[in-house]
Amino acid sequence: MEGGVGIESHLFMDLILDLLPILVKMLVGFFVVLTTTAYLTLAERKFSAYMQDRIGPNRVGPFGLLQPLADGVKFIFKEDVVPNHVHKVFYIAAPALMLVPALLGYVVIPFGDSIELFGRTITLQIADVDIGILYILAIGGLSVYGLFMAGWASNNKYSLLGGLRASAQMVSYELTLGLSVVGALLVYGTANLRQIVLHQTEYWTLFGSIQVPHWGIFLQPLGFVLFLISAFAESNRLPFDLPEAENELVGGYHTEYGSMKFAMFFMGEYTGMITISALTVTFFFGGWHIPWIEHAGLTHNVVAALGVLAFLAKTACFLFLFIWVRWTLPRFRYDQLMSLSWKGVFPAALLNVFGTALCLYVLRRPM
Amino acid sequence: MIVRKPQLSLTQKLYLPEILRGLMITMRHFLRRKSVTYEYPEKAKPVPANFRGLHRLIQRPTGKERCVACELCLTACPANCISMVATDPNDPNVEKFPLRYEIDTLRCIYCGFCEEACPCDAIELTPHYEQASSRREDFVHAKSRLLENNQFVPEGERISRVKTNETYLRV
Repeated sequence: MEGGVGIESHLFMDLILDLLPILVKMLVGFFVVLTTTAYLTLAERKFSAYMQDRIGPNRVGPFGLLQPLADGVKFIFKEDVVPNHVHKVFYIAAPALMLVPALLGYVVIPFGDSIELFGRTITLQIADVDIGILYILAIGGLSVYGLFMAGWASNNKYSLLGGLRASAQMVSYELTLGLSVVGALLVYGTANLRQIVLHQTEYWTLFGSIQVPHWGIFLQPLGFVLFLISAFAESNRLPFDLPEAENELVGGYHTEYGSMKFAMFFMGEYTGMITISALTVTFFFGGWHIPWIEHAGLTHNVVAALGVLAFLAKTACFLFLFIWVRWTLPRFRYDQLMSLSWKGVFPAALLNVFGTALCLYVLRRPM
Repeated sequence: MIVRKPQLSLTQKLYLPEILRGLMITMRHFLRRKSVTYEYPEKAKPVPANFRGLHRLIQRPTGKERCVACELCLTACPANCISMVATDPNDPNVEKFPLRYEIDTLRCIYCGFCEEACPCDAIELTPHYEQASSRREDFVHAKSRLLENNQFVPEGERISRVKTNETYLRV
């Protein structure tokens, strides 16, 4: 009997040790993403200020670094108004439906290689799912419900128009987003994001000595451009922010929202940006991989730690690109948006899939 | 009117090169970091040399006002904001001086006519413009306060910024 208890407690310890890294990864991931979201709003305001020759927020803390905190406090303490003319259930559910998918998306993204701690191998990814990319596209597809529900439940013509635009735009660009990665999926031969990154850590050798990493950008340049365009539209960022369109639709789908409910839409948008940037890095820029670091002779754990930093830096570059583009380009007209999607990006994505498939067939044909 | 659509070149039709051009413009501004913002309460915005702000009464070297109570400012004032009571100072060098001299800055339109009318450069508009109060009385400047307003002018310029007729500078 005694021995049995011993084995059981041993198993229990094993279970704890298996669960602990997962819990830590979840908490850290959640914390990092939410903090980044908060500071992304500050970055947006600061960078836009610099691009417009202004200074930007600098009142709260040094260089305005505590501004997100002040914003958060303000949002939380604001009166939570629910207008009389709205459909209450959907009106309250919509911001949650926007934020939750955004917060679920990033869990399958590998942010680093594995590290060895106390004889255990811990993969630096919250959930290693075989259908990672499908998961992200599916979860991303859910956020359209939040937007549309908000627009419909607000019972207001501006919100309704915003919601209609949101649904049409997101359905169109989800298609192109999905199609633009199909080419990359054909090349990598897997939908597992970790495997995709590992595939990109290999090298081509050019001219006998120059090693070029297998990054997706070299394999799928057209796919990358199409993916990026769709990513901008999918995350409702300028030049595709028609669901909001503040100068024609007041605030679009979130016209009737205030206080924390508005903040949830806001956070949803920025978290979506983080996820899509991280996905771009994973697909086309080698994820955590630093080129040629294998030759530096560092231990596995150090390489993995540097890889996490590299992943964060690459993602930050794309986040900057999102901000940069927002403060450069004006908004598309609605018909232009639709014609770009259906007449431009969609056929190009199909062509990309076809071309990739043809190339792969020719290259991998048994000789 | 017939509006003709501009003929776009291939690079313009492709749109992406033009986007890159636009991005370069914003990046140039981003890197240049030349801000047009005036951080006002911390750093005052520089005012032009002839800025017309709060009035001051210029002092003689003795500390008394230079004003001889000729009432020309009062006459020139289009807003009627200057009021004055003149009297004899019992001073052989000074014929007349203002016993009371008040400017209601709530009426004043800061036109600077008083400054122009004054034959002895006794009144001047300083560059000072930060006048705020919650009481109306604070905007009516009596003679003593008008003399104190000299503090808003740097030491070297206390006498006058205008070239003065020597006759009035004896005392």
